[in-house]
Amino acid sequence: MDTLTAARAQMEMSLAFHMIFAALGIGMPLVLVIAEGLYLRTGDARWREIARRQARATAVLFAIGAVSGTALSFELGLLWPRFMQMAGPVLGPTFALEGYAFFLEAIFIGLYLYGWERLTPRQHWLVGVPVAVSGALSGVLVVAANAWMQTPPPDSGTLLGGAFTSVDPTAAFRSPAWASMAVHSTLACYVSVGFALAGVSAWALLKGRDVRYHRGALDVAMSVAAIGAALQGVSGDFLARMVARTQPVKLAAMEAHFETARGVDIIVGGVVDEAAGAVRGGIHIPRALSLLIDHRTDSVVRGLNDFPRDARPNVMLVHTAFDVMVSAGAALAALGALFAYVRLRGARDGDLPRWLLRALVAGSPLGFVALEAGWIVTEAGRQPWIVQGLMRTRDGVTTASGVPSTFALFTALYAGLGLVVLAMLRAMTRGRDAEAGA
Amino acid sequence: MTLSDAAAGLTLLALIAYAVLAGADFGGGVWDLFASGPRRDAQREAIAHAIGPVWEANHVWLIFAIVLTFSCFPPAFAALGVGLYLPLHLVLVGITLRGAAYVFRAYGADDPRARRRWGAVFGASSAVTPWLLGACLAILSNGALRVRGGVVEAPRLSAWFGPLPLTLGALALAACAYAAAVFLAVETDAALREDFRRRALASGTAVVALSALAVPVLHAEAPRLASSLVSSRALPIVLAGALSALASGAALYAGRVRAARVASIAWIALELAGWSVAQYPFVIAPDVTFAATAAPDATIRFVLASTAPGFALLLPSLWLLFRVFKSRPRP
Repeated sequence: MDTLTAARAQMEMSLAFHMIFAALGIGMPLVLVIAEGLYLRTGDARWREIARRQARATAVLFAIGAVSGTALSFELGLLWPRFMQMAGPVLGPTFALEGYAFFLEAIFIGLYLYGWERLTPRQHWLVGVPVAVSGALSGVLVVAANAWMQTPPPDSGTLLGGAFTSVDPTAAFRSPAWASMAVHSTLACYVSVGFALAGVSAWALLKGRDVRYHRGALDVAMSVAAIGAALQGVSGDFLARMVARTQPVKLAAMEAHFETARGVDIIVGGVVDEAAGAVRGGIHIPRALSLLIDHRTDSVVRGLNDFPRDARPNVMLVHTAFDVMVSAGAALAALGALFAYVRLRGARDGDLPRWLLRALVAGSPLGFVALEAGWIVTEAGRQPWIVQGLMRTRDGVTTASGVPSTFALFTALYAGLGLVVLAMLRAMTRGRDAEAGA
Repeated sequence: MTLSDAAAGLTLLALIAYAVLAGADFGGGVWDLFASGPRRDAQREAIAHAIGPVWEANHVWLIFAIVLTFSCFPPAFAALGVGLYLPLHLVLVGITLRGAAYVFRAYGADDPRARRRWGAVFGASSAVTPWLLGACLAILSNGALRVRGGVVEAPRLSAWFGPLPLTLGALALAACAYAAAVFLAVETDAALREDFRRRALASGTAVVALSALAVPVLHAEAPRLASSLVSSRALPIVLAGALSALASGAALYAGRVRAARVASIAWIALELAGWSVAQYPFVIAPDVTFAATAAPDATIRFVLASTAPGFALLLPSLWLLFRVFKSRPRP
């Protein structure tokens, strides 16, 4: 395995792993604040119990998120030193601000997790709020760094011999990609966590375990999930149109669209033949891409053939990931709407239909699937650039040797950790349910 | 003071905060591993009680230092990433395993065998990580890592087993163990306090011995740094650090644990500051300086300026955290 491939693989694996726990670190605190807020409002102990039990899971997940995030901050320099040498002055400000936000989250989560007995109920709820806010804020700030890599503003600074001799430290925050990426990625965290939690509770309800607890937990999870999933479609639309404007080759790859034309169809699925410049199979939705991009059925959409071959990403990967993301997202939006309809129409504490519970279980991993697929779209879709137009990925990679070994080492480490976390979460859910009784 | 000096100073402060706070955490892990005697379980409980609420926050100082380095000294960060490629990966494994093992033990099943296993992982990674970081400091000082013609020449594997990396690695470990023992003595009482006081005296003795050993080793392995440490710039700081160490030991001997804690914090801060001042102007001796690798002024100004609002939020929050969990009387 050559250094570049190994470095990309290690970074992708580290990011994919961290992303799950980062999403949980953003989504879980919101759920906790809602649950504990309901307890303060209604005095119903069930909400406090939900907050307490989910706080225990949050403690484990947050810790893994923190250490895998530390690893990423090192890996930026270990795997991509030439990239960081160039980009450090521009990205530094985003990471500095993100650092403060994350620091606050770490402080207040310490207060939250360990302060149940030391703080009054109201104080305890109050310290949960900065955890949720700071978590979301640190996610938004770190996305600014990625936004700069996607669409660096032309006046970011003066590049001389591959280094910035002068720079605008606010350049990353002025990237046109930041706002739409920040909204979309933050919503993605809430959607993935919400549906995952909903699946856990739906499963327990199917088994008849601790029904009152899990009905409450399901309501909290689904209120976050359903609203998030509905908004995510709108956010996705904004984002896609921004990408069409600022990264047309990525948009073309997402849609496996080769020939610039008017009135372009959306192709869902299919097998991409890059050599022939065509897609075999797949479902065509007539003129839908033009409509999506410009809200007009006859608008022009640039195709991959407009760009030199060595400036195109892996179309099959980007296109498939995009379709996986959109399908999963659409399914979740529908599931959320369905749940809302059944729940709001039905009796307050009446049983939920089993088919709905089974659908929630089936849908529970889809949020994380969409999250990962979406990051694959945006990162793989930016290739061969590490900073669009400024530096190619192969020019940013380390010259150190031993990258295949560290890739193997970290894959084994994270695989092991992932398995232990899953086992622990299962034990936590089972154990508590057994204690509480069916 | 130039902008790059100010940024270097801020990075030093972050490293000192990390060394004191996270160092005590690492040391706590070491004492967890070596918990012994009739109060073994109580010792482990005291350590968990001390570390639990604060360890996440304590370890953010490292990320802070990393962000400062790549924002303000990007080519130096790049050189460190290439030159310290393998050891820094091992540091990451240590940090990752430590954090994971800690929560797995704290929140996992009540199976005692599993708890002991995770405890061992927690303790071992708590010991290995400071050792590696101390060894990295040695490599930055003794010229084993060269950058010539823009090409980073990483140290040979054997360089990591040289006298200076071994000594500074051991010293870093002993320092963490000492700090943790002193802090734990303050946070416990009666027989437990005595347990930790004795452990502090033992690790303190190791600190003194290793510091003494470091003198000839520095002369042999890092002559530039050695002579710089006794220069008019660094010597006052180094001596003040040595005095703090002695004061800490004396206070400990006399059972004055609170005074010992203050003095030990002063010792760590002064020793790191002394090393930095002696190492200056180098990030990596003898090829990489702060001045030559400084980012454009605008970035450094932004980062420095952000400390005002950032710390305005952070410091009161940190104060709140430590007040809620570290103030007396304990329940």
